[in-house]
This record gives sequence, C-alpha cells and structure tokens, in this order.
Amino acid sequence: MPTSFFTGTDYALSLPMILLSLFGLGVLIIDLMLPAEWKRWNAITALIGLGFSTAAVMRIQLGHFADGRPLVGSFAYLSNVGGQVVGSVLMDGFSIYFFYLFLLGAAIAILMSAHYLEIEHEHHGEFYALILFSVVGMMCMASGYDLVLLFIGLELMAISTYVLVGFLRRDKRSNEAALKYLLLGAFSSGIFAYGLSLLYGLSGSTNLQVIAQALQRHYSANPKDPIAIVAMITTATGLLFKVAAVPFHQWAPDAYEGAPTSVTGYMSVAVKSAAWAMLLRIFLWGLYPLRPVYLPLLVFVSVATMTVGNFAALSQNNLKRLLAYSSISHVGYMLLGLIASDNITNKTGIQGILVYLLVYTFMNLGAFAVVTSLRRRDIIGDEIDDIAGLYSKAPTEAVLMLLFLLSLAGIPPLAGFYGKYFIFLSLIQTQHYVLASLAVLYAVLGLYYYMRIGSAMFMRPATDPEPVAISPGMQVALAVTAIGTVGIGILPEFFIRAAGWSLGIQQAGTSLLGFLR
Amino acid sequence: MAPIGTLHYLVVAAALFVIGTIGVVTRRNVVIILMSIELILNAVNLNLVAFSRLWNLNGQIFSIFVITDAAAEAAVGLGILIAFFRNKETVNVDEVDLLKW
Repeated sequence: MPTSFFTGTDYALSLPMILLSLFGLGVLIIDLMLPAEWKRWNAITALIGLGFSTAAVMRIQLGHFADGRPLVGSFAYLSNVGGQVVGSVLMDGFSIYFFYLFLLGAAIAILMSAHYLEIEHEHHGEFYALILFSVVGMMCMASGYDLVLLFIGLELMAISTYVLVGFLRRDKRSNEAALKYLLLGAFSSGIFAYGLSLLYGLSGSTNLQVIAQALQRHYSANPKDPIAIVAMITTATGLLFKVAAVPFHQWAPDAYEGAPTSVTGYMSVAVKSAAWAMLLRIFLWGLYPLRPVYLPLLVFVSVATMTVGNFAALSQNNLKRLLAYSSISHVGYMLLGLIASDNITNKTGIQGILVYLLVYTFMNLGAFAVVTSLRRRDIIGDEIDDIAGLYSKAPTEAVLMLLFLLSLAGIPPLAGFYGKYFIFLSLIQTQHYVLASLAVLYAVLGLYYYMRIGSAMFMRPATDPEPVAISPGMQVALAVTAIGTVGIGILPEFFIRAAGWSLGIQQAGTSLLGFLR
Repeated sequence: MAPIGTLHYLVVAAALFVIGTIGVVTRRNVVIILMSIELILNAVNLNLVAFSRLWNLNGQIFSIFVITDAAAEAAVGLGILIAFFRNKETVNVDEVDLLKW
C-alpha cells in the first residue's frame, strides 16, 4: 500500500531508468574533459551505463519478481484515485521483455556509431547521452500504466530522437529530415495528448486500469458515445503515427533517409519497439473495451500499410529509403497480429508481435550496420549503386547482408520466418483467412525488392574502387546481429518461450520464473 | 443565460484544436506551424483543467507536464530550425524539398 510517496519497491523499479539518466549526464560531463582524439571513451561510458541498467533489469526480474505477479510501483500521488490504489508503473513480463529489447538495440546502435561519427566529423558526447535519454523514455513507455508517465516517456524519447536525426549539423539532408520529423512528430503528439485529455475526462483518472473500467461502463451504456469515439480515434492516430502506419507514414522515409545511418538503424528498431510497446499497452489494456470499435480501423490501416509499404519499396534506389518502406510494410504485418489476438482469448498474435520485434531488432540493425559501413571519406554510400559489387570487395559483409535480407523477407531457417509464422498462425487460429492470404502474397512481393539489393551486391561490378574498412565496433555489431539472426532461426525455442513468458502464458515444463533460469 | 460550465470550456478547447490543426496543414512558415502546434497543446491543457474541476487534481498535474513538454519541444524545434536556416536561408516548408520519392 502506498502510504509513503516513494517506497523501496518504487526505487527498485525505477533503478534501470535512474542509472541510465545518471550515465547520460555523466557522458555529458566527461565529454567536456576529453580531448578530441579520445571521444571514443564516450561510447564506452554509454555502453557501461547500458550494462548497469541491464543488471538492474535482471535484478527486478529475478529478485522482485519471484512469485511471477506483476509489480505495481505506486508513485503515490498521481495514482491514488478515489480510494482505489493503482500504480503508475506496471512492471510485468511485458515491460521486462521490452526493456531488454531497448537495451540491446541501443547497445548495437552505439557500437555502429563511433566510427561513423568520426568520418562525419561530428563525434560529440551528446550523441551518446541522447541515446541513453531516449532509452529512459522508452522504458517509461513500456512500463507506464498512467497516461502522464506514458506521455512524458513518449516525449522524452521523441525529443531526443529529433535531435539525433538532425545530428549532422552541416548536412542539408540531415537538417531537413530533422525538421520534417519534428513538425510531424510534434503535431501527432499534440493529437495524441488531446485524445489522452478526453480519456481523462471520460474516466476521471489517468490510470489505464481505471480508464478501461470507465470505458466499459460507457460502452455498455451507449456504444456510439461520440466523445469515447473521438478519444479513441485521436489516441489511435498518435500511436499509429509513431509506429509509421499508413496513412501516417509520410515522415518515415524522409527521416530515415536524412538521419545519420546508425541513427536510422536505431530508430527503425528501438524507437519503433517502444512505440509498439505503448500501442499494445494502450490498445490492449486501456482501450480494450472499445475493441469492437477500433478493430475495423486497424484492419483498414494494416492492409493499407502493407500495400503502400511494399509497393513503394519496389521503386526505391536509395538503400535507406528502401529499408524505410520495408519497415513500414513490417508494421503492417505486426498490426495483423493485433487484429487476430486480444491477449485474453488468443495470445498467439501478441506473442508473434513480440517475437517479430525481437528478430526485427537483429536483422534490421544488421542490415543498417552494413549500410553504415559503406560510408567512407567522400562516399555517402546509401544508394543501391554504392552497394554494387560488395561481394568482390568485402565477401563476409556481402554474405551477412544477404542473410539479413533473406531474414527480412521471411525465408526459413532464418529468424524473420518465426516473426511472420506466429502472426500468420494467429490469423488462421482466429479464422482471418483473407487477411492471412493477403499477407503471404505481400511477403512474396517483399522478396523482390530485397533481392534487388542482393543481386546488386553479387552480380554487378563495383562502381568505385574505394575499399570497405570495418571498424572493431562495427565487427562486434555485425557479429551480434548475425548470430541473433541465424541463432533465433535455428534455435527459436528459447526466444519464443521468452515472449510467451512476458505475456504470462503458462508453458509446460517451465515455471513462470522466466526464461533466465 | 446559462452559467458557464464544463461544456463551454470543451467547446473552446475543441475550437483551438481545430484552428491549430488547420494551421499546421495550411501554413507555409515553419514558425507559424510551431505556433499552431502550441495551440493544439493549449487545447489539451484547457481540456485537462476543465475536466480537472469535474474530477480531481490529476488533470492539472498532467497539464503542467504538457506545458513543460511544449516548452521543450519549442526549444528543440527552434534549434533545429536555426540549424536548417543556416544551411538553406529559408523557413518556408515549400522549399524543404531535398528528400522525396
């Protein structure tokens, strides 16, 4: 019972975020004292911070989580509503799973960045501090159970990312991408906040649980209550914008193309996972009573997203833009999982989304790591022509890139297959045969544009003689992503179990204690 | 003449929201777009404070967070705009045209 404002449990639950904030501030201070040639130590400090934060997450998972019940942090004042004690942080398996995902994505992105930023002559400590701060925001989004915390987490992440996108100050494309991302992102946050204010007005609380109860009453009294509908639509608009679903996807290709390549990779996995965590949290916990109302909307959005993402990717000549459209189409597949599963009668689709996000982290970051390493002095290296003949220059990299691309297309036995497999399985379990067939057809279309990159790498001669040098950090990043992509494909059991554990699915032969033991 | 109630505040807030949205969509100057986004956030604040009178203090606390966020967003937005202006000498979104398909 939260009789005091900030209890020991609260402290333990927020320790991962507190550690990351402290390390972020530490990087900013240490950066002032480092001479220019020692800036790499900023990356190392940031990685140590991520390590400490991971340890804190493990401590929550193994120590405070022993009986398998979700922990609710009190953060007392905001959450004590009308005698009903509800917390603003919900630390369940879902949050923990996403915490690991964010930490992993941020660590790989930092490994990719150090050498790249040196080439761009923009190697500043702020970069790493901003990555750490954005991870704090993501953690608030995944574990938030209160509209205030969710909104603040979203904005912390988004504002950090705006600056990261525009980090190459002297590059016109980077400026332009940051400006577009900022204007559209701030606009969508405004719409989202308007939806949240209406939800507060309907329920008298900012807690998702109380909101769900109030919406249940509203819905059974009057299924067509206009305020509830407007609240749902504005909230959904903000969320769908953040995951870049059609028709709110226009910012994604521009921001992805203009941003520094390592930031693009980071945005396409960690930032997207965070947006998904919040989307699932709000749709499945807070807005659950309105499910009959939002389901048709989601069907429309997901079909439009798959269509636009796949067809637009066909004609792209810029690697980053192509991968941006491909990531839009992946969002379309994931939305199908949300259509099929409601997390109560059927959990396969949600489990599929979680597995998908995990394998997507590995394979997409791997692909962006290869694109990042194409950046050399005088060569921007983000067109398909720049990757031509990669096999003759750097055979290992070319083969790895092919692996990532095949995995993105969903070819077994690579990891990407399992992401799609669970989504399609959940669609068939819930008798959505038309959607399942459509998704399979679009997956075939995806193979074409991924293999365009593949054929350029292997069949065409190189357009420039400049060799591709791979820095040690990049080698580690490529190794981790490649092992993840192939490893999850060959031994998926552990990861599927982890995703199931995070949703509280009881599995034969394992205790709820989780996947670490 | 009925006394002013929650509904009046909601109508004003909805009007602000619509004006802000139209401003974002139709205006060409980045500074005015940023101001329109502020209008939307102020509509949110007005909503929250009006509902807060109906329910409890949570809404007012939320609105303080929204105000803080609006300030941070404006600061970062103007910073990015200055970086953009140094390279391109314009604040007109019609001339933001390097990236397109």
